[in-house]
Amino acid sequence: MADRTNLTLEQLCSAKEVLVSTGSGGVGKTTTAAAIGTIAAARLGAKVLVLTVDPARRLATALGLEQFGNVETRVPDAAFASVEGGPRGELWVAMLDTKQSWDDLIARHAPNDATRDAILVNPLYQNITGKFVQSHDYVAMERLYEIHTSGRYDLIVVDTPPTRNAIDFLDAPDRMADFFSSRLLRWLITPYRSRMVNLASKPFYSVADRILGTQFLEDIAEFFMLFQTMYDGFVERAKAVTTLLGGPQTSFLVVSTLEVAPSREAEFFLELLSERKYHVGALVLNKVLPELLLSANGADAARLMAADSEAIASSLASSLLVDGDAPDPNHIAHVLAEVGSNFANFSVVARREAEQRAELAQIPELCVTVPWFDDDIHSVEGLLRLGEILWR
Amino acid sequence: MTSDPVPLLERRLLFVTGKGGVGKTSIASALGMLAARRGLRTLVCEVDAKGNLSDFFGVGPLRFAPTEIRSGLSAMAMDTEESLKEYLRLQLRIPLLTRLGPLAKTFDFVATAAPGVKEILTVGKLAYEVRERHYDLVIVDASATGHVVGQLASPVAIGELVNAGLVRNQTDWMIELLTDPATTGVVVATAPEEMPVAETLELVERLRDETDVNIAAVVVNRVLPELFGRKEESIFSALQEPDVLGRLKEQVGEGADDVLEAAQLAVGLRRSRVTHLARLRDGLPEGLPILYVPYLFTRSHGVRATSLIAEALGEELGY
Repeated sequence: MADRTNLTLEQLCSAKEVLVSTGSGGVGKTTTAAAIGTIAAARLGAKVLVLTVDPARRLATALGLEQFGNVETRVPDAAFASVEGGPRGELWVAMLDTKQSWDDLIARHAPNDATRDAILVNPLYQNITGKFVQSHDYVAMERLYEIHTSGRYDLIVVDTPPTRNAIDFLDAPDRMADFFSSRLLRWLITPYRSRMVNLASKPFYSVADRILGTQFLEDIAEFFMLFQTMYDGFVERAKAVTTLLGGPQTSFLVVSTLEVAPSREAEFFLELLSERKYHVGALVLNKVLPELLLSANGADAARLMAADSEAIASSLASSLLVDGDAPDPNHIAHVLAEVGSNFANFSVVARREAEQRAELAQIPELCVTVPWFDDDIHSVEGLLRLGEILWR
Repeated sequence: MTSDPVPLLERRLLFVTGKGGVGKTSIASALGMLAARRGLRTLVCEVDAKGNLSDFFGVGPLRFAPTEIRSGLSAMAMDTEESLKEYLRLQLRIPLLTRLGPLAKTFDFVATAAPGVKEILTVGKLAYEVRERHYDLVIVDASATGHVVGQLASPVAIGELVNAGLVRNQTDWMIELLTDPATTGVVVATAPEEMPVAETLELVERLRDETDVNIAAVVVNRVLPELFGRKEESIFSALQEPDVLGRLKEQVGEGADDVLEAAQLAVGLRRSRVTHLARLRDGLPEGLPILYVPYLFTRSHGVRATSLIAEALGEELGY
């Protein structure tokens, strides 16, 4: 089903070390990332990691693994029963546990155990890492970087949160570096009392004080003072992560369906990626309706079946038998009319999608389309079947 | 869920959430249109700064200040910095432009770093509009399933962190408003597909475990029509027998193959969805209303689609 151009996903997976799968929610991004990782492990003889950072935890289901967390886990070769001779490489999976990743990060960067422990119990830290959304993005990129530099894998396929977050995701390392270099931070870590003396910042203080209360401000101050000890490490790492994402070993996949809203987001994201000079490897279009819905003969037949359903039904009645009996011609007519109008209905959708596809496919070099599946994929076997469609 | 649920449009604040791709914004905007058609002064607010709510009403870009986009219906886009400015102006009576320059500059850093600041400014603004009775109904095109729990829990979380000051006083009334089922409800949009159903069940559980916000309804979007019943399905199979198909082609041409294959596709899609719907119904708490919106073939997007979905929702609600 893949559109044959000179570039293929096989080629991309052979050349790149990191593939970042992006797209809006519900377009099959996670499944696509898993399928690419799976087929690459089976075919290339590579050691492949599929890393999902999506907080909604979808990959576990797609891989038929009930639970795997922050720990990189190998998918047993037995799951590749449908591959003759077994997979040539290894498939590993990991899911980002934001809280755990943050804790690991603190443990790595903290200058000593006392600082580490003080941060880990700070209520602000626990809230940032546990409850709030923004912290996913940075730690996801950090984890990707960590795994990549470990040299444990030939290929890492990363799944990302939905598109608009995926932009945050790209900006996260820079934002983190900015944050640590900010004047605000320096201000916050100045001891509270001495700050009050500084007349220049007094208006801000009195406002902040009235809004948030002194205790909260002091909690923030403590938190950032502790973080300050890790400043250099964080900024260094943030820069390194940015370099990895923009480097020649990394490529982005944009996944979408041909529905209007996801297509617009895909277009927006494709433009943004190319503006920022990231490598866009492929556009993957999921749930594409079959081309037969565009057939002119089909449209003619459908129109006749809907319009003349009764006449056609009576002409078929003599030869049409269900369990040896001739059904009521009215029922036949109803089936013909329904089937005809069904074609007309779906062909409107298919035409709209064809237009959408023509517009989107102008942007990347490689555009792969995947048909509708009746059901979601929950097995390595299913991922391999999807992988086959994507591969060449 | 011991007593009867409060009717959807009789509440004052509805958060519409759902897995990405199920049509969360369609449902939020259609509910807004329906409420306005029924004479309620309605505000629809999108929370995602780069959102596309305006597309669903066929209007130009939305701003923080609500714009009346049709009779009785206003729309706005959340902007947490604007929300902070408004809050400071209203609560602290701080002369706006003079003092706020440096504050606005540092705001982004604080909001990024300090927990829940953006969330609370979002929820706070919406709760304020409700409390002040500027509208009969405020509908929020809220964050997707992964994030909405954090958003709804933010007043409680902030309340725990900050134990004095104005913010603390503010979180108390917000929590009261958010946890009153006669006032506030969550609408979970979903689609009859595997992952959306799984995520919906997961979200409903999390909302019940981690927040005290009431769930008002589940809206199942894009429900495919049933082509025919079991008896007619055997007629459909018989149509594909070579001699019957031959006679059919004599009358309608070679395109009959394509038409039958398309029907097969539709039957398959519909059938797999029926099992997902059953799983959804079985997994949801008893008494939680489920509303069904049909799949729209002619228009999937834009103001026309919103209008059709509003009609469908109206029928489901018995209007």
